[in-house]
Amino acid sequence: MLVITAVAALGGLTLLLATGLVVANRTLYVEEDPRFDEVEDMLPHTNCGACGYPGCRSFAEALVNGDVLPGKCTVSSGDDRADIAAYLGVDVGAEERRVARLACAGGKNVARNHARYTGYQSCRSAALVAGGGKGCFWGCLGLGDCERICDFDAIIMDAQNLPVVIEELCTACNDCVEVCPKDLFSIHPASHRLWVACKNLEFGDDILEDCEVGCTACGRCAKDAPGLISMQDNLAVVDYDRAHGTRLPIERCPTGAIVWIEEDGHVIKGDEARPTLRHSSLPEAPT
Amino acid sequence: MSNLLHRYPSFRNGVHPPESKADTHALKIRQFPFSPVLVIPLSQHIGAPAVAVVREGEEVARGQLLARSDGFMSVPQHAPASGIVQRIDFVPSITGKMVPGIYLKPHPGSSQEVAEGEPCDLGTASPDDIIAAVQSAGIVGLGGAAFPTHVKLKPPEGKTVETLIINGIECEPYLTTDHRVMLEHTADIYMGIRYLLKATTAQRAIIGVEANKLDAADALRAAAPDDMPVTTGVVEVKYPQGAEKMLITALLGKEVPSGGLPVDVGTVVVNVATAAEIGRLLPHGRGIQERVVTITGPAVGRKGNYRIPIGTPLRFALEQVDVSDNVSRVFLGGPMMGQALSSLDIPITKGTSGFVAFTSAETAAEEPEYPCIRCAYCVDACPIYLNPSQLGILAKNEEFDRMADDHSLMDCFECGACSYVCPSHIPLVQRFRDAKAIVRERQAA
Repeated sequence: MLVITAVAALGGLTLLLATGLVVANRTLYVEEDPRFDEVEDMLPHTNCGACGYPGCRSFAEALVNGDVLPGKCTVSSGDDRADIAAYLGVDVGAEERRVARLACAGGKNVARNHARYTGYQSCRSAALVAGGGKGCFWGCLGLGDCERICDFDAIIMDAQNLPVVIEELCTACNDCVEVCPKDLFSIHPASHRLWVACKNLEFGDDILEDCEVGCTACGRCAKDAPGLISMQDNLAVVDYDRAHGTRLPIERCPTGAIVWIEEDGHVIKGDEARPTLRHSSLPEAPT
Repeated sequence: MSNLLHRYPSFRNGVHPPESKADTHALKIRQFPFSPVLVIPLSQHIGAPAVAVVREGEEVARGQLLARSDGFMSVPQHAPASGIVQRIDFVPSITGKMVPGIYLKPHPGSSQEVAEGEPCDLGTASPDDIIAAVQSAGIVGLGGAAFPTHVKLKPPEGKTVETLIINGIECEPYLTTDHRVMLEHTADIYMGIRYLLKATTAQRAIIGVEANKLDAADALRAAAPDDMPVTTGVVEVKYPQGAEKMLITALLGKEVPSGGLPVDVGTVVVNVATAAEIGRLLPHGRGIQERVVTITGPAVGRKGNYRIPIGTPLRFALEQVDVSDNVSRVFLGGPMMGQALSSLDIPITKGTSGFVAFTSAETAAEEPEYPCIRCAYCVDACPIYLNPSQLGILAKNEEFDRMADDHSLMDCFECGACSYVCPSHIPLVQRFRDAKAIVRERQAA
């Protein structure tokens, strides 16, 4: 008898609640444009945020509402974008491809460490312990927080403990920009060829003790390309609003802190830059 | 009375690391020479950096103002030596950051007489006058935090200070500066307390001393002026007894609420060396030029307590005390809460209470990190009743918001008792420090 009461009570309750759910589903149902789902299915589902929307779903909604063109999604292939454009009957829209760039070239073969950090192996943790031990306070610590956070495997640490961005895979999602405790990454249009690979704000040749490829603020690049390059806080800054398709600024750079990045990602230094022949690590400075 | 029968008051939990103070606690404070160049960061305190008022190439007298304070949450900087301002540039700092600062080259032949300023007369000064004088003397918490002292002397609207606590605990292993100051500068301490009592309008003052410094407690009691409501309270030897919240619990039995300040329970806690400095400087209107620093550790040849000019580079200081050639690790401020240093070029600042240097022999073995075995040693060690074990697991999973919202992460003051007891060698306090930085970043964003 007890069993029957229990089954009946629970069964009744289930029926009652199920009815409630059915009624709620009917009365509270939100009509949604079916194209949202269709377009979302055509997007890459990475929710990377490179388009500026919180995820692929909100980007799909914006696409359907006509707020944005499919070209804004730099992750999907050209064919996918064309499909979405055809489906919605809009232009594909051109979005300049953007990539993350690292403003440091101080690998362990050219930049010295003052101390050996032995704690928890993360750049963020190391940066909190007396700056991480790198001779140059502004430089890359090389523990690979960016490599770990990249969802697209677009960052790999090279033999010198420097992150290398594989431009074909980079979606400019901004994750590495946010994770780097030294703020070395920034998002740039891939067409920007001139690049200052240094963030050191010290003046003069003293910094070469700590890093052979740092910007010494000698100002030659700014002299050779007045207007395009300016010296701000002892660091060369490129004004990308001007025409910047010239290699003039890199030619006389004594350290190779300002470089030219070819379309295939190959980095070219000026003729006067001291070449880096060493592959082994620099010894630690005596502390 | 025997220690076995008598129990000194304390707080719950905590740890007992080896004290390692025997090498230096009996050594008198000795004056340090000037280094060839003094490196003076403009920001030696928590708050806005000071603003330089001297030019490159300018000659300055010892005690002269080098940089003025920038607002209330800031303190000025005085010249630690007579000399010439070489340049105003980036200087290395304890955080590893390059910060703006002044390079000062002391004159070798100068008498190094200290310039007198405007004295703050105890009899006529109002509380606000004293608070202003404390600020213009450049005084910050000399215990290590370097929080501007004048800021905490002014209670917020609607709150009053009943008890002034003078913190002479020095629970950090190895350090003996406060101990020596209590023995050698007793009169300055009482003069400082007079100023502090008047500034805070507190009814009474208690000097807290740990039971391993009974000679200091005796000296303080013997020298106590009759006309002052001041007592000396001895508390149990335990780490982190010197944290202000723990000290309040031990002396008054009150608990500072989560996220609160000592003033919420009617107290202000000032370090004993800070009080001594106030008593020494304010009657002459001078600013801080030097401080007492313990330099010790197995790698140091001539260990001791030294009165060192602010801005002395650590490398110079270590050379003076015959540091061993195979020094491998230097901690600023003791092994528990101290900071491992990445460079010996950093200068000694107002917040520098000591240096402990180890050779490779002591630091060779690095224990690997093992998984948490839920033994809860850390829970028994945490003086503010957090659950470091749970926090550590959350930190590993990067659930920083949950750490802050559900587990009071932001109350952690990074004493390191949890890491000290962890049998799995999990760097708990380092994880919490990271997590706190991330949470603060997210809150600011």
